[in-house]
Amino acid sequence: MLAYIIRRVAQSALVLLIVGLVAFAMFRFVGDPIDNMLGQERTADDIERLREQLGLDQPFVVQYYRFLENAVQGNFGVSYRQGRPVIDILMERAPATLELAAVSGILAVLFGIALGVFTAIRRKGIAANIIMSVSLIGVSLPTFLIGILLIYLFSVELGWLPSFGRGEVVDLGAWTTGFLTASGLKALILPSITLGLYQMTLIMRLVRSEMLEVLRQDYIRFARARGLRNRAVHFRHALKNTMVPVITVIGLQVGAIIAFAIITETVFQWPGVGLLFINAIQFVDIPVMAAYLMLISVMFVGINLIVDILYFFIDPRLRVDRKGGH
Amino acid sequence: MKTTTVLTLTSLLLATAAPLSAETLRWARSGDALTLDPHAQNEGPTHTIRHQMYEPLIIRDVTGAFEPALATEWAPKEGDPNVWVFKLREGVTFHDGADFTAEDVVFSFNRAKQENSDMKELIGSITEVRAVDDLTVEIVTDGPNPILPSNLTNLFIMDKGWTEANNTVNVQDFEGGEITYATTNANGTGPYVLESREPDVKTVMTLNEDYWGIGQFPLEVTEIVYTPIQNAATRVAAMLSGEVDFLQDMPVQDLDRVSNADGLMVRQAPQNRVIFFGLNMGADDIEADNIDGKNPLADVRVRKAMSMAINRDAIQKVVMRGQSQPAGMIAPPFVNGWTEEMDAESTTDIEGAKALMEEAGYADGFSIRLDCPNDRYVNDEPICQAAVGMLGQIGITVNLDAKPKAQHFPLITDGKTDFYMLGWGVPTYDSEYVFNFLVHGREGDIGTWNGTGYDNDELDAKIKSLASNTDLDARNQDIADIWRVVQDEQLYIPIHHQVLNWGMSEKVDIAVDPEDQPKVKYFKMN
Repeated sequence: MLAYIIRRVAQSALVLLIVGLVAFAMFRFVGDPIDNMLGQERTADDIERLREQLGLDQPFVVQYYRFLENAVQGNFGVSYRQGRPVIDILMERAPATLELAAVSGILAVLFGIALGVFTAIRRKGIAANIIMSVSLIGVSLPTFLIGILLIYLFSVELGWLPSFGRGEVVDLGAWTTGFLTASGLKALILPSITLGLYQMTLIMRLVRSEMLEVLRQDYIRFARARGLRNRAVHFRHALKNTMVPVITVIGLQVGAIIAFAIITETVFQWPGVGLLFINAIQFVDIPVMAAYLMLISVMFVGINLIVDILYFFIDPRLRVDRKGGH
Repeated sequence: MKTTTVLTLTSLLLATAAPLSAETLRWARSGDALTLDPHAQNEGPTHTIRHQMYEPLIIRDVTGAFEPALATEWAPKEGDPNVWVFKLREGVTFHDGADFTAEDVVFSFNRAKQENSDMKELIGSITEVRAVDDLTVEIVTDGPNPILPSNLTNLFIMDKGWTEANNTVNVQDFEGGEITYATTNANGTGPYVLESREPDVKTVMTLNEDYWGIGQFPLEVTEIVYTPIQNAATRVAAMLSGEVDFLQDMPVQDLDRVSNADGLMVRQAPQNRVIFFGLNMGADDIEADNIDGKNPLADVRVRKAMSMAINRDAIQKVVMRGQSQPAGMIAPPFVNGWTEEMDAESTTDIEGAKALMEEAGYADGFSIRLDCPNDRYVNDEPICQAAVGMLGQIGITVNLDAKPKAQHFPLITDGKTDFYMLGWGVPTYDSEYVFNFLVHGREGDIGTWNGTGYDNDELDAKIKSLASNTDLDARNQDIADIWRVVQDEQLYIPIHHQVLNWGMSEKVDIAVDPEDQPKVKYFKMN
C-alpha cells in the first residue's frame, strides 16, 4: 500500500516537471512580452535593459530552472501585465473560480444523478425521452455559445440576471465570497449553469447507462423476487452499485470544471483565475501563465492520485486481489 | 448692485447644483488600467483612468485642441528659445487638501524623468524644470523645442508632500513587481476622487466637491463605476441589458444592434490612428518573395502599382462596414502637416497598376509574404485578406501570415518582415512624431518603427532640424516637403483612418474624443 502510494507520488512529480518543461518551451511561440510592456516610444536600449532584467535573454531551460528554483520557495515571480506578485494575484482570483466551480459541480452532480436515475427508471416515458434529447444540447453545444445564449435570453431579453461580473462580494479577509449577497448569488446563476451543463449531462448519461446495466443484473432480479419495494431496489441496491464508475468520472471532472472555467469566465467577465490566464496569454505574461499551468497540472495530478487511492478503499476487490497476490 | 448679487447667487447655486443630483456613470471597456502610478506606464486605457483623478498642465479637449488645466498660460520665454514659461492655476488643491504649487510641478517632472518612468522618452528634451515663484514654472530644454506642450498632455502632476509622506517619491518599478502606495491610491487635483479599486474587476470614483473647475465644466456625473469586460459579445449584451451606460471598444458588427436598440445610441468620430502597409524597399534581396537576387519592392513603380491595386472604398464598404475613412497619407486628419489633397492621393487603377508592373519588368508578377496582426486593429486580418485578393489582380501572389500582436510587432522592430501591416497614432498631433519613428532611417533611438529600410540622409537631416526650428512657418514648409518625398516614394501604402465608436445610453451626452480618452468632467447626463 505505502509502496504503491510512493510510486504514484514519484510518477506525479515527474509528470509535473515535464509539463513545466513543455510549457516553457512553448512560451517563446506565444510572442514577445517586451513589446507589450513598453510603449511605442521605447528605444532599443529600453528593450535590451528589460530583456536582461527579466532574464528573457536566457535559453528557455535556464528560465525554467530559475522558475522552479523560485517556485520551490513559494515565489512565482511578478506579473508582467499587472506588475504585482503572481501569488497575490492568484490568491485574489482563486475564490471566484473555486466558488463558481463548487456551485457548478454541485449542480452537475445533484441534477446529473437525479435525472440519470429518473431516465433509467422511466426509460420509456415521454419526460425521460425529452430529457435525453435536450441533454444532447449540453453535450454538443460549445460552452461559450451556451453562455452567450443564456445572456441574451436572461439578461438582454428578460432582464432578470446580470450579464457579467460577480455582483457585490463580501470580503472575509483572505477570501471574498459572493454567497452572502443577493446580487452575488444572482450573478452566480448563469455562469454556473453554463459551466456545469456539460458535466451534468455527462453524469446523467453515465448514471443512466450504468443504472440500466445494473438493473439487468441477477441480484436485482433476486431482490425483486424477495418482494422488495421498487424504491429499495432502485436506490439501495441499484444506485449504490452504479456509483463506483460515476465517482471516478466525477473526480476527474472536478479538475475539468476548474480548467474549463477559462471559457465561462471569459464570457461572463468572471474575475477568476481562468480570465487571468486568458489575459496573460494575450499579453504574453509568462510568470502568470507558468504559475497557472503548474497549478492546474498539480491539481489534475493530485486528483488522479486521490482517485487512485480512493479506488483502493471503495472497491474491496482491489485490496483482496493485491493481498492475495503477494 | 442687486443684479450682481443675484447673478453671484445664481452662479453659486448652479455651481453647487450638479453635485446635488446623484448621477452614476457605469462605464465599460475591454481592458483595465495597468497601474495608478502616474508615471509608471505610458498606455492608453491607463491614462484614461488617470485623467479622471490626476491632471497635467495642459489637456486636450474633445476636439483635440489644447485646453488649460493646471497651467493657465504658457509661452516660450522672451529672449531664450530654450525655455518655456508656464503660469499655474491659482487656488487648486489636491484631493487630500494640500495646495498645488510650482514645487509640485518641479517634483512631478523630475519624477517622470526617473529611470523607471515610462514617460521619460516623451520629455527627453527637458534638462531642467525650475520654480520661479509659487505659480510660475520654467522648463528648460536641450535646444529650442516648439512643440513641447504637445508632449505634456499626459504628464500628470502629483503632490510632493503626499508622495513623501507615503514613500512613493520614486516611480514604481513596474517590471520588478514593486507595489507602492501610488499604484493603488491616487491623490490628484482632478475632478474625481478614487473610492475603491480592484484591478481588472471594478474601479469606483466619486466627484471631487472641491474641484477648481466646478461651474466651468458640466461635472454632472457624481459617481463613476468602471468595469472592464473583455468578451465583445458580453460587453454589448451588458449595454443592451442596461447594465452599462457608456461603452468603449464597441465591436463593429454590433453597431447596428446597439444604435437600433431603444434608449441607446452610437457616436463616432475619426480616431487618431491610420492603418497602412509597410514595404521593405531598402534590402538588395528580400526573404519573403520568390525573386532571387533582386528586390521588386525597391522599384518605386512596383510600390505605386501595389498602392493602385488596393481598392480602399471596397475595404471601407465590405470589410469595415463603413467604419473607416480611406486614407492617402499616413497621418490622421488633425495632425499638423496633414492636408486634404495628400490624403486623397490614393487611387485605384488596376490597368494602370498592371502597366507599371510591366514597365518595372514584373509583368508576370511575383509572390510575397504579408505579415499581419490579428488582434490589434479593427478587422486587421480581414483587411489583409482583402488586400491578398486585390494584389492578386495585378499578378502579385500574396501569402498571408496573420499572428497575434505579441508575435507580429517584434517582426517589424527586428526587421524580419518585408511586407507588413502597421497602425500609427500621433499623440503629439505633429508630423515630426511620424517622421521620427516611421521615415527617419534606423539609427539607435530614432526610426525604431521604420521597417522599410528607407534611409535618406538629406531627408533625415531635415527631420532632425524640425525639433529645434522655432520659425513655425518655415517648420511647416519643411514638414510639407518631407511629406512630398514620403508620398512620391510611396514609402508606405496607406489604407484608412480608423473610426472610433462609443456606445451610450440616451441619458449620457458626450462627444467622441479622437484619443479614445473620455474625460468624464465633460459628460452631460440627461
